[in-house]
Amino acid sequence: MNIEQVRADFPILAQRPHGKKLVYLDSAATTQKPRQVIEALTEYYSGYNANIHRGIHFLSEKATAAYEAGRGKAQRFLGADAAEEIVFVRGTTEGINLVANTFARTRLQAGDEVLITGMEHHSNIVPWQMLCEQTGALLRHVPLNDQGEASLDEFKRLLSPRTRFASIVHISNALGTINPVHEMIQAAKSASVPVLVDGAQAAAHVSVNVKELDCDFYCLSGHKLYGPTGIGVLYGKREHLEAMPPYQGGGEMISSVTFEKTTYNRVPHKFEAGTPNIAGVIGLGAAIDYVSELGLERIAAHENRLLAYALEKVASVPGVRFLGAPRERASIVSFSMDGVHPHDMGTILDREGIAIRAGHHCAQPVMERFGIPATARASFGVYNTTEEVDDLVRGLSRVKELLG
Amino acid sequence: MSDLRDLYQDVVLDHGRNPRNFRTMEQATVKVVGHNPLCGDKLVLYLKLEGDVVKDVSFEGAGCAISMASASLLSETTVGKTRAEIEETFAHFHEMLTGGVEHTVDTGALGKLAVFQGVCEYPTRVKCASLSWHTMKAALQGGEESITTE
Repeated sequence: MNIEQVRADFPILAQRPHGKKLVYLDSAATTQKPRQVIEALTEYYSGYNANIHRGIHFLSEKATAAYEAGRGKAQRFLGADAAEEIVFVRGTTEGINLVANTFARTRLQAGDEVLITGMEHHSNIVPWQMLCEQTGALLRHVPLNDQGEASLDEFKRLLSPRTRFASIVHISNALGTINPVHEMIQAAKSASVPVLVDGAQAAAHVSVNVKELDCDFYCLSGHKLYGPTGIGVLYGKREHLEAMPPYQGGGEMISSVTFEKTTYNRVPHKFEAGTPNIAGVIGLGAAIDYVSELGLERIAAHENRLLAYALEKVASVPGVRFLGAPRERASIVSFSMDGVHPHDMGTILDREGIAIRAGHHCAQPVMERFGIPATARASFGVYNTTEEVDDLVRGLSRVKELLG
Repeated sequence: MSDLRDLYQDVVLDHGRNPRNFRTMEQATVKVVGHNPLCGDKLVLYLKLEGDVVKDVSFEGAGCAISMASASLLSETTVGKTRAEIEETFAHFHEMLTGGVEHTVDTGALGKLAVFQGVCEYPTRVKCASLSWHTMKAALQGGEESITTE
């Protein structure tokens, strides 16, 4: 993989914020988009924009084919059995809400339990809290150790006879921890507990095969996979999707409507009410092609080199401390600096052209676990280089100089 | 880096590192918690009000240099002032923060608080500088126990 060639695919990298070379280290928030994705969107809007599935004209047929081709790409990307197991949603958040409000809702009674981990993003906490409030079920979480890991043993211990559902993050956005999801799913299966995996951070970093994982649901967000915002994928086992009640009512999700009765459309269309994000699906398809062509293994190898380099170099800045030290880790580094608030760090780095994230990363319980209000986070994508890690380290020295 | 010094002036850095009146207040007549949900910052503001006059101000909490310095300077500049005076100062202060770079504000009336003028060039940091003031306003209005910048 030639990184210079990869970088040339990302037009935004030519931007010069505050007159400085852009060093984009915020891919965990959203990845930048290659021109292949941007061009796919432009081609759709300028060449064959039309509504899908119902149209009888040329443009609609072409748009429908492209949209359904996107479904096939997502299916192959996740290793699902059938395209019907792929539901397009706005993103991981909507995927989780969909499963909470259809599949899980019908299974929960007062006193039942939903199990998550202590490192979940708010999007994998709040939908379950809302559901628990409405059903009287209890939300349990696997506590984190000092390394920022949720151990398999703790997970097994918390799987109780009342556990009806488990929803676990594949890779933590705040810590970079890669959960042993395969083993967790096996443990849950042996207790007959269905599992959803939040793959928002994982999709761009590790290859996922939902059949090998044997998860019941898997969610991802297109915009963290070099694709557009507003599009995501919910994979669900076919038998579940068939049995689940619809999520939203409207056009597209029906096969016939009278004032007396509506017959719902077959899966996955049952879950795609209204005109979907057609451009988003086409862009996501282009992103999947892009990532697949580079090869996720090669991308991961590159990012792991950056991670190792960053852990070594950033540690050399006096006063810097990392949040967590997970053994299995993706290319996300959360850290703090003695006497300097992450927001001040973020502002100073920004003026150097360096984009990082500062805050609680929508994972306040993780911050609370480690007794801090916020961290700075650098996260890497396929286009980052070791020189950019050096830029970060130099930026941190400026922070130290100014505020330390 | 020179423009960063407009934001992080020496007075700001000094008050950020060594905030004044950073303590609880046993005899507080008003205690209000302020949150900035965007960054998780939290501030507890204590006031001793006698009639219409603020007799003592202190605070506790954790936050960035800007929010700590702003709370510190707030505590120094509001003691002995009336509700109306403080609200008027906040109005000027807020105008200075949000007026934009081209907008000229009479900073003379703001005294020491003019050190935050540089914040107007950093829209994401306006809430850091205004959290303590929003909290003060809520305290003076005797409103909720807890307020946010959102």
